[in-house]
Amino acid sequence: MITQIRFYGGIHPSEGKVSNKEDIINAPLQELYTVPLQQHIGAPAKMVVQKGDHVLRGQLLGEPGGFVSAAVHSPTSGTVKDVTTCLGPAGATLPAVVIESDGEDKAADPLPPFENWQDADPAALKARVGEAGIVGMGGATFPTFVKLSPPPNVKIDTIILDGVECEPCLTADHRLMLETPEKIVKGAQIIGRILGVKRIIIAIELNKPDAIETMTKAAEGTGVEVAPLVVRYPQGAEKQLIYALTGRKVPSGGLPAAVGCVVSNVGTTAAIYEAVCLGKPLYERVTTVTGTPVVKPGNYRFRVGTLYRTALELCGGVSEDPAKIISGGPMMGMAVYSLDIPVMKGTSGILLLSRDELVQYSPSACLRCGRCNDVCPMSMMPGILSAQIEHQKFELAEKWHVMDCIECGSCAYICPAGRPLVQHMRRAKAVVNAKKRAAAAAAAAAAKK
Amino acid sequence: MTEQTIKMPDMSQLVVSSSPHYHDRDSVRKIMFKVIGALTPAALASVYFFGWRALMVILLCMVSCAAFEALFTRMMGRESALNDGSALLTGMLLGMNLPVTVPVWMCIVGSLAAIGLGKMVYGGLGGNPFNPALVGRVALLVGCPAAMTTWVKPSGCGFAKWVDAATGATPLALIAQCDATSGATRQAADAVAQQYPSVLDLFIGNCGGSLGETCAVALIIGGIFLICVNIIRWQVPVCYIGTVALFTGIAYAFHPCAHFNPLLHILSGGLMLGAFFMATDMVTTPLNRKGSVVFAVGCGVLTSVIRLWGSYPEGVSFSILIMNALTPLIDKFTAGRPFGVMKVGRRASSKEIEAEKNPTKK
Repeated sequence: MITQIRFYGGIHPSEGKVSNKEDIINAPLQELYTVPLQQHIGAPAKMVVQKGDHVLRGQLLGEPGGFVSAAVHSPTSGTVKDVTTCLGPAGATLPAVVIESDGEDKAADPLPPFENWQDADPAALKARVGEAGIVGMGGATFPTFVKLSPPPNVKIDTIILDGVECEPCLTADHRLMLETPEKIVKGAQIIGRILGVKRIIIAIELNKPDAIETMTKAAEGTGVEVAPLVVRYPQGAEKQLIYALTGRKVPSGGLPAAVGCVVSNVGTTAAIYEAVCLGKPLYERVTTVTGTPVVKPGNYRFRVGTLYRTALELCGGVSEDPAKIISGGPMMGMAVYSLDIPVMKGTSGILLLSRDELVQYSPSACLRCGRCNDVCPMSMMPGILSAQIEHQKFELAEKWHVMDCIECGSCAYICPAGRPLVQHMRRAKAVVNAKKRAAAAAAAAAAKK
Repeated sequence: MTEQTIKMPDMSQLVVSSSPHYHDRDSVRKIMFKVIGALTPAALASVYFFGWRALMVILLCMVSCAAFEALFTRMMGRESALNDGSALLTGMLLGMNLPVTVPVWMCIVGSLAAIGLGKMVYGGLGGNPFNPALVGRVALLVGCPAAMTTWVKPSGCGFAKWVDAATGATPLALIAQCDATSGATRQAADAVAQQYPSVLDLFIGNCGGSLGETCAVALIIGGIFLICVNIIRWQVPVCYIGTVALFTGIAYAFHPCAHFNPLLHILSGGLMLGAFFMATDMVTTPLNRKGSVVFAVGCGVLTSVIRLWGSYPEGVSFSILIMNALTPLIDKFTAGRPFGVMKVGRRASSKEIEAEKNPTKK
């Protein structure tokens, strides 16, 4: 039994998980799929098909464009109608391939499945994870292959599966745990095989008692532990989750590997199982479409490249005009202004907010109430930092550890003066990062001379 | 399914902003009015013990504070911030810090000092280093000490007319008097002590003093409400009152006659009002919990020192103002290390990481 350690700070927003009783529905085949070549952190994938090519479901569309990158596969069979660009949820324009479905949904030859993954070569298993284009499906979309390649001097001893789903409203991971628990447990064991780790913990918050029960049953006899956690946002954040389960603190600026942990989302873990045991690359995922204005909120298995518009139509449209459409959850998701955005590997939810739920900040002066200090899970001082950033004192903010901010938004959520605290942090982080890049570029240029 | 029956969102009405998209919906205004609500029992008690003029004094201070706030924001060319309720709260606290006999003009001048000198010269709410209500009170105390220390004994028969009440010393003034006489004869000291109100009278507020400070039970009720709604930290009143009890207790142990027992100390004067409503003021006290405790203990020590050895019988206002001035310093020294940062300005060494990895091993 794992005793949970309470991490500092955190909040408990209303959960709003209305779609947690809805079975996952496989979305019907669409005519067009817009598949972005950059669905991950890192370099975009390099396209390997051309306009007019005929492709099959699961066929490679783009190969990794660098070490930190991921492969992209075709969601169905059909022709490459166009090579173009599309809008991403963050507002950036992404290179994309448009696939026109031929209606047959014919699968390409699967990658050879590993029959005995228990005895398979860990390096081969890891290579498969890379081939299948798997990225962190919790939202960060960090290529999993890279995550599973820790530096040689680092010893990993614990694998943590993140089934916390601490974002309000989202229920995709919850449903996945209920409906395919054995895939998740096996996926976890595969990660264990790759990293040579025995200790595997599945973390689930207590607001999902059914998932805890199902996963415990599925994990019986495998040595995989299930850890029920008291509900608290942002428990799904890597650093907080590791601390809650092991008491280890990831050092400032460090990765979980520095304290011997690897954290993987349950969706990613199921995808790893499918890639290894079924030979299926990652071209579909479970996404929650929810919110008060949505007629039929639910959990759908969308092929990558399905437009938000299509997703919303499948849910019966809206009953009232929404005030906000969010890609992701209400705490960290991105508000979008178009429905011509494709579902990608990291799209955990599409959330619509009604006019009543809309929060519009009209910030006043800081009251120094200290609530932001009390809720900051990184024990930073958001109030003081925000004042420094407002005065453009970025170097000072860096000294006050602004770069440690995980952007969970707890400070802005709690601020009675309605100050955009986390937004200020993001700005400072962007400025500091830009400065660092410029300095590195200057140093590189000087070295060339 | 036909396309026509499905209503799709009107994209022109969308709001696009950076996350988070949720807010807990608390606001400055809600906080201020909750504090005003928490002060109301004590204000009603003051009307009960001191008569209708008490209500007049409190309302007058509230109205004039609001008026000065409106005037100054206009002069500064700013949008009116009246609806946040902070000026009303300042006025209410100021009124409750005045004796019932205070002249009308002093209420207005006190409000001017509180809002003008206490708040607006620093740019308004959030910028002021000192508690505005206390700035107003201290300005009046220093300017017109006689009027500010003329106390009436409450008639004790409910909503009485203040004019009928007899003047008398406050409990703390009696303590000071007792201190002064104790050097002379024991009898003189005992005679003064005889005039002292009972603990029960102090607890329900049946004694002389500023309007809002006498009824300890009403203040405690209001304070507990504020703790429950997460507006003040329980550590502040507990540490403040505890420190005063400890200090006066030690003094009492050494010199039982000259120094009254700690229970009388914590129930008299402005300690309850200060500990629950002024040492907890958000703007002028430290940001984090640790700092708040340091602040509260500092207030307790200063209050005890002023009461026991100072020339003023009461030290709550001064001690809170002095600690207000130290707040930035307290903030600086109590700023915590962020998660995963080993020591300020340094990344973790591999040894420390190893130690963090095995928290059970020493």
